Amino acid sequence: MITRLNHVSIFVLDQSSAFDFYVNKLGFSVHTDAPIGEKMRWLTVCPPEQPTLEISLMAIEEGIMFTGNAVQQMRELVQKGTFGFGVFECNNLDATYEELKSKGVVFKKTPTREFYGYEALFVDDSGNWFSLSQKKQ
Amino acid sequence: MRKGNNCPDIYIYNRIVHAKLFIDRNYADTIDLDAISNEAYFSKFHFIRLFKKAYGKTPHQYLAWVRIEKAKLLLQRGISIANTCFLVGYDSVTSFAALFRKIAGWSPSAYQHTFTLRQQQIANAPLSLVPGCFAAKKGWIGNSNFEEEN
Repeated sequence: MITRLNHVSIFVLDQSSAFDFYVNKLGFSVHTDAPIGEKMRWLTVCPPEQPTLEISLMAIEEGIMFTGNAVQQMRELVQKGTFGFGVFECNNLDATYEELKSKGVVFKKTPTREFYGYEALFVDDSGNWFSLSQKKQ
Repeated sequence: MRKGNNCPDIYIYNRIVHAKLFIDRNYADTIDLDAISNEAYFSKFHFIRLFKKAYGKTPHQYLAWVRIEKAKLLLQRGISIANTCFLVGYDSVTSFAALFRKIAGWSPSAYQHTFTLRQQQIANAPLSLVPGCFAAKKGWIGNSNFEEEN
């Protein structure tokens, strides 16, 4: 029986910039920031009220995962906003939207009442998009 | 528009967000929540109710949470517990330690000790913190379990 999700990865164009976005703008906490060798970095962050879910901010770099042209192709796909990685939740969407907007977060959809709930869409500094929904009371 | 209020929601939330960001910036100072509610043009009780609706915590609870989160960062840098206490806006180390334990789930000293051990682990064996599947796919460890068997 699977009991919980504890790691998920998001491909980012630049880990330092992603660190600033997820920590200083979204308010996530750093779970692990470990250099791997001289150039690699294992960086995971957690939403403030979900300290056991590590979101790995994974650099797109040449290696086993991406070879040859795949690095450039993947970077372009991320930048184009191809990937939507999930749904974040907040207590109050209007307040959270106003706060994140004031911090420079780019929204693709302002808070909108849909048949499935109240949501907005924002993109991270790389181009990945997320739904932001209001917790159902 | 909100029932019984002439102010559209967006203006109400702008004021609540403004108050929250004020706490984020000035957590280390003595913060008079009455003054914040006045500045936001709300009665104190209306302000507390709206703030809690927006952030799931009363302004007092939120201020305490921010201070403890900032305290964690100071403890991570090796700042002493007493100095951390003062730097985040508390006067009593005993009260600070009790609040830290309540919110963070650890005593400040246990938190600092555990963080130090974790930093040593990061320095000495960083791959022990990375799930094997990720490490293999990144080429950080020898055998990738994504490779098909022949």
